[in-house]
Amino acid sequence: MAATPVPGVLAAFEHVDGATQAIRALKRQGHADLTVYSAAPNHEIEEALGHTGSWVRLFTLVGGLSGCAAGYFMTRWMSYDWPLLVGGKPIAALPPYVVIMFELTILLGALSTVAGMIVLSARRGLRKRPFHPRFTDDRIGVFVPCGPGAVAGVQHVLTAAGAVEVTHEA
Amino acid sequence: MTAVAQRPVITQTHADVTRDVAATLTTPSRWYYLALFGAVAMFLVGLVTFVLLLKEGMGLAGYVPPVMWLVYITTFVFWIGIGHAGTLISAILFLFRSPWRTAVYRSTEAMTVFAVMTAALFPIIHIGRQWVFYWLIPYPNQRYLWPNFKSPLLWDVFAITTYFTVSATFLVVGLVPDNAAIRDRVSGWRKKLYGMAAMGWTGSDTQWRHYTRGYLYLAALATPLVLSVHSVVSWDFAMGIVPGWHGTIFAPYFVAGAIYSGIGMVLTLLIPLRRVLRVEHMITEYHFDNLAKLTLLTGSILFYAYLMEYFVGWYSGNTFEQTAFWRRAFGPQWWAGWSMIICNAFVSQLLWFRKIRTNLTALFVISIFINIGMWFERYVIIASSLSNDFVPYAWGQANPTWADWGILMGSFGWFLMYFLLFARTFPIVAIQEIKEMIPYPRRKRGGG
Repeated sequence: MAATPVPGVLAAFEHVDGATQAIRALKRQGHADLTVYSAAPNHEIEEALGHTGSWVRLFTLVGGLSGCAAGYFMTRWMSYDWPLLVGGKPIAALPPYVVIMFELTILLGALSTVAGMIVLSARRGLRKRPFHPRFTDDRIGVFVPCGPGAVAGVQHVLTAAGAVEVTHEA
Repeated sequence: MTAVAQRPVITQTHADVTRDVAATLTTPSRWYYLALFGAVAMFLVGLVTFVLLLKEGMGLAGYVPPVMWLVYITTFVFWIGIGHAGTLISAILFLFRSPWRTAVYRSTEAMTVFAVMTAALFPIIHIGRQWVFYWLIPYPNQRYLWPNFKSPLLWDVFAITTYFTVSATFLVVGLVPDNAAIRDRVSGWRKKLYGMAAMGWTGSDTQWRHYTRGYLYLAALATPLVLSVHSVVSWDFAMGIVPGWHGTIFAPYFVAGAIYSGIGMVLTLLIPLRRVLRVEHMITEYHFDNLAKLTLLTGSILFYAYLMEYFVGWYSGNTFEQTAFWRRAFGPQWWAGWSMIICNAFVSQLLWFRKIRTNLTALFVISIFINIGMWFERYVIIASSLSNDFVPYAWGQANPTWADWGILMGSFGWFLMYFLLFARTFPIVAIQEIKEMIPYPRRKRGGG
């Protein structure tokens, strides 16, 4: 299904303090669902948006623990599936299997971290939000989803904060 | 005298960074094509040698019992070691917030992936009957193979597969924002290609929020992995009771050596590459000074490990250990033993001098010595120990043949070919991380 474009106002900023000023002012006015584009991660923008942590860590934890458990059960199962008694030693022994458990912890932990990054980032991408190529270069973009009635007010806030370009995306 | 090369003041803007790095992806100089031609030619030498090996058998490779691990296993360990510097620089130095890694980490990360890809060829070349390589795979179990998880060789399979997967993931994830930056500058089929590689990246706050955390966790996972992989490789030897192998020092000794050899290769690649791709203003003397210091540190650890190996061999009172080490220095392959000590332990000590650390020609020459020395280290450990293993009447002296050198040359060609193609196709300097170091302009001083 093709993504439906979201109507609203898109602004480009050159200065980070201008962008954060606009973000704070818009949030005070009740515009909570903002999208801010930048070419590199920026703590000031993150703070202005009020972001907290990311659930990626949960993916990492679950992936890592699953890998560790998979390593334990796989090595035990394979050892008892084809039991060869060597030198009177146990068929399955934990100490040498720790290496496999460790490697699988890292492997599944890393892969599920990436899966988490993709899943969590894609969640908001179901509806198409306007974007400009300069946002991956040197401009900071702020997109404010809003109906036709709120456009003028939003444009005023953005321009007052120093936006170099403000466009209405219908 | 200042102890460090000055950290360069970044005068570029965000737009300059995108422009300068994108310029490395335009038509390259003839030096680039010359290097690529050389790499392909070397690879073809390896390919022809491999075909002859398939036809004639492993007798061409100079294997003489009991030395059934010779140049191919030596080169396998060599390439695995080369990979370590990449993850050290991209993951461990990321966690330490070391700013100098930014300009060099992408190239070292790519080097890691291609080095592990090169290493992975060698167990297959080594097994002899390559067309039935799948006999190694125990499941489904019609061949009644025993998956012996108590064997370090099986640990190694898991360690290296994990290492390759995680390193490649780290490289691909790191490239996503940079691919988007390139996508937004180019047109036509290139826009489509970079668009696919950018996976829908726009640099939105939601994407950055999950990306930065995810990247941190990936670095945290990759850090113990770097230390574990070469430890596991070292246990391929240390778990055996062959004199010269059976030492508890092996894991840290191998890890330090791996990082040392990896940085050696980084220097060998980056010193000419920065000129070929015209990024001298991004990869500066400051970066090479820091790389050289890391080389000095790991080279000194290696020096200490060499001393300890000989000391423990003597102090153990074990005749077999003492003989093994005596033969390394004064046996039939003394030249290999001394090449290892001179190139690794002694040459690295030149880096105490700042003038040498910041002289790129000297650094390049030293890096070549490091590459040679580290290859010989693995050769000495493997070949000299195996030639005098247990029963004197079964001892044998193996010498590398043209088939060994051909495959070795082919492996360098294979590695360089991928590295050069990567440098031409993807940003070799991380755009996003350099931009992160350059503050966005502000209207007012102070708060935002």
